[in-house]
Amino acid sequence: MKAKIKVTLKSGVLDPQGKAIEGALGSLGFAGVNGVRQGKYFEIDLAETDRTKAEAQVKAMCDKLIANTVIENYVIELQ
Amino acid sequence: MKSAIILCPGINRERDMALALEAVTGHPPTIVWHTETALPKVDLVVVPGGFSYGDYLRCGAIAARSPIMADIHAKSLKGLKILGVCNGFQIITEAGLLPGALVRNAGLRFVCREVKLKVENASTWFTSRMTQGQVITCPVAHGEGNYICDAETLKRLEGEGRVVFRYAEGTNPNGAMNDIAGIVNEKGNVIGMMPHPENMIEPIHGKQDCRPLFESLLAA
Repeated sequence: MKAKIKVTLKSGVLDPQGKAIEGALGSLGFAGVNGVRQGKYFEIDLAETDRTKAEAQVKAMCDKLIANTVIENYVIELQ
Repeated sequence: MKSAIILCPGINRERDMALALEAVTGHPPTIVWHTETALPKVDLVVVPGGFSYGDYLRCGAIAARSPIMADIHAKSLKGLKILGVCNGFQIITEAGLLPGALVRNAGLRFVCREVKLKVENASTWFTSRMTQGQVITCPVAHGEGNYICDAETLKRLEGEGRVVFRYAEGTNPNGAMNDIAGIVNEKGNVIGMMPHPENMIEPIHGKQDCRPLFESLLAA
């Protein structure tokens, strides 16, 4: 089973990298960009085949290491 | 005052820290490799600066899950003094020993220069030889020292005098909330700071402003 995880900064957390990307898009002439938020993407190959167990396992991985829940949110997708 | 310094791959300020601790306390610290599972019998554990694991994932994130951290956690609950400097501050914060997080500098640049630090709490074991409100010079060298936390935590830190150091005189190098440069935990035994006091204690450093911080350890 494969887990795809998206980690994003919580809405209140300042994202200076997103701001810099937003500025660069503006200087390239892309108009109408109201905001950019940068995040991270992970793919984890799991030996587990049971969906419920896999989900619990990946959630624990996210809480313990993949995301810092003080500043980040995560979304898990299992395939 | 016996001390230990935690070392893991990518840490590079352990030697400066060891020299500072030995110069002031007279005891060379024990270097503890991250794969160890038990700390030696010491009064102070320092997590020094550097770029543990190349800052992969998040600064300090992987080092914070080192085998030695379990014993650091356990002993911190019993009151063992723990100091995290720069990457060490990021590591112990990632490990949950201090609240909040350290994120990318607001200006996106790595900043390596001297700043002015205001001692906001002179009653901790690392600041007792300082006076409240004293402003000292201290170097910083980091790309992710922008301290953030939620509003409730910030209120508590400020209200309980747990902001130990603040960037003074408009020298905030990273955009940290309320100019926070260093904090202490609720119990008072864990201190984290972004600046490098170990690099401002000898005449060759240009100034010795931070020597009293280490001298505070002698009274602790």
